[in-house]
Amino acid sequence: MRTDLRTNIKAIIARAYVRVVGANREPSWWLTETLLPILSTAAYVYVYKALKAPEEYTGFVILGGTMSAYWMHVLWGMAAQFYWEKEIGNLDLYMIAPISRMSILLGMASGGIFHATTRAVCIFLAGSLIFGVDFSIISFPKLFAVFVLTLVGLYGLGMLFSSLFMLYGREAWHGVTLLQEPVHLLSGFFFPVKNLGFAVASGASLIPLTLGLDAMRQLAFKTGAKSGFINVNLEIIALVVLSIFFLVLSKYAWDFMEKLGKKEGRLTLRWQ
Amino acid sequence: MAGFIKTKENLRTIKTAGRLGWAIESNWTEPFLFALYSIVRPIASSLILVVMYYVVTRGKTGLDLFAYIYVGNAFFMYVYNVLFGISWVIHDDREHYQMIRYIYISPIRMYYYLFGRGIAKMILTTVAVIITIAFGMLVLKIRIDLLAVNYPLLLFSVAVGIFIITCLGILLAGVSLITAHHSWALTEGIAGLFYLACGAIYPIDILPTWLQYLSKVLPLTYWLELVRRSILGKSMSTTLAGYSNFELVAIMAVTTLVLALFSHYIYRSIEYIARKHGKIDQLTNY
Repeated sequence: MRTDLRTNIKAIIARAYVRVVGANREPSWWLTETLLPILSTAAYVYVYKALKAPEEYTGFVILGGTMSAYWMHVLWGMAAQFYWEKEIGNLDLYMIAPISRMSILLGMASGGIFHATTRAVCIFLAGSLIFGVDFSIISFPKLFAVFVLTLVGLYGLGMLFSSLFMLYGREAWHGVTLLQEPVHLLSGFFFPVKNLGFAVASGASLIPLTLGLDAMRQLAFKTGAKSGFINVNLEIIALVVLSIFFLVLSKYAWDFMEKLGKKEGRLTLRWQ
Repeated sequence: MAGFIKTKENLRTIKTAGRLGWAIESNWTEPFLFALYSIVRPIASSLILVVMYYVVTRGKTGLDLFAYIYVGNAFFMYVYNVLFGISWVIHDDREHYQMIRYIYISPIRMYYYLFGRGIAKMILTTVAVIITIAFGMLVLKIRIDLLAVNYPLLLFSVAVGIFIITCLGILLAGVSLITAHHSWALTEGIAGLFYLACGAIYPIDILPTWLQYLSKVLPLTYWLELVRRSILGKSMSTTLAGYSNFELVAIMAVTTLVLALFSHYIYRSIEYIARKHGKIDQLTNY
């Protein structure tokens, strides 16, 4: 199917528009996406305080809580999205529309980043100010590069998940639920990932957040380098590779799952 | 006689809703995968705290504080799962299955329907808690003397705890009647508030004084303390250590009564607003 660039750009904007502007149909998200997420992050801070952990661990928790916002969005705003669309009855409309499937995914990602960033910024600012976190940025350009690459890799992974979960019913929902806590554990959201051992940390490095968080800890805290898993430069290279890998893989995954869905008649199957 | 018939009808509602809830929770996959899913999630959730503890203390799991954190976190699963299980029913029945109007016009009371739908989550969470505690004892070597556990107090505390969480779930279910998909985030946020303020994973003594005032009015604080005392035989919170078990039960009863009345009032008020504005069966496409 031929698609032109202008139509695809309009599709990206349309999918992003719904997420940015449409969300204001329900203004309660200002409370639920800003103030409330800080609370569970704060609970983990107090765990470290109860254990009399070194001060930088508070910063690790705030950083982990901040990036958790993006992980939750990748799971619920990307991975499970086509499950929701199929349940509502929109998925077949996407298939019929003369647009590239990647433009749908890119639109979802770019629009969703707005909400995820709102949540992340609130957790970061409130957490840093309330708990007096002391950041010592070693290299701001590297830190920014790590952050951007982590998000690109993460949303590439999200695009892959959304392609894979497209044809599933409630297994998609439960599969996404299952990915929450185990990834929080394996990626070292609230502690340096090297404490899980080299083998586990290496396996977990397939998730861009693992290396991203580790690099951010090394670049943002005085004692970060001591708790690092591998060298920051290696982690940056790995994040570049992962980003490209997941973006390319998501394209092939979508094509495969779309063909499979059409063959098995599952694109319009609801309430499973 | 009328009272007896009503009770019988309400029990039937709970039973039918319970069977429906169990079917929804479990029939999405094969039994083996469902069992694996039910085990992996709670263990992973507990292991986050275990690793955090290990990182700081270099693996000293024999300390009382570790048992305190672990047991509190295990039982806190009731809060999140049952809260979510009950409040999400409104969204599920309204948006996904589009059956809520038929439930509303059937001769049942919504309270009992919501409670019945939450039973599946209660059962699953009970299994998860048992698995988590067993994991803690067998793998992490947490010292729990099964012969020394105060089982009557434990069973009573768990039953009251489930009632407390049911009241909270019904309150949030009411809020869900007039919101779109943000009811999920609200449930997560409220659970986060309790996680922070109720001393689930640390003694409330380390909280700032203003937050401790909040802790002391929440029934879940006393619930968790009673559960820990019944299992571990001791308290680690200097704030709560001064209360006897009987005093904790009395405070929990009073705060629970206040919560139950508040939950009932809020739910009925919001339900009235939802009916008045035609929102009971609104489709928000979320």
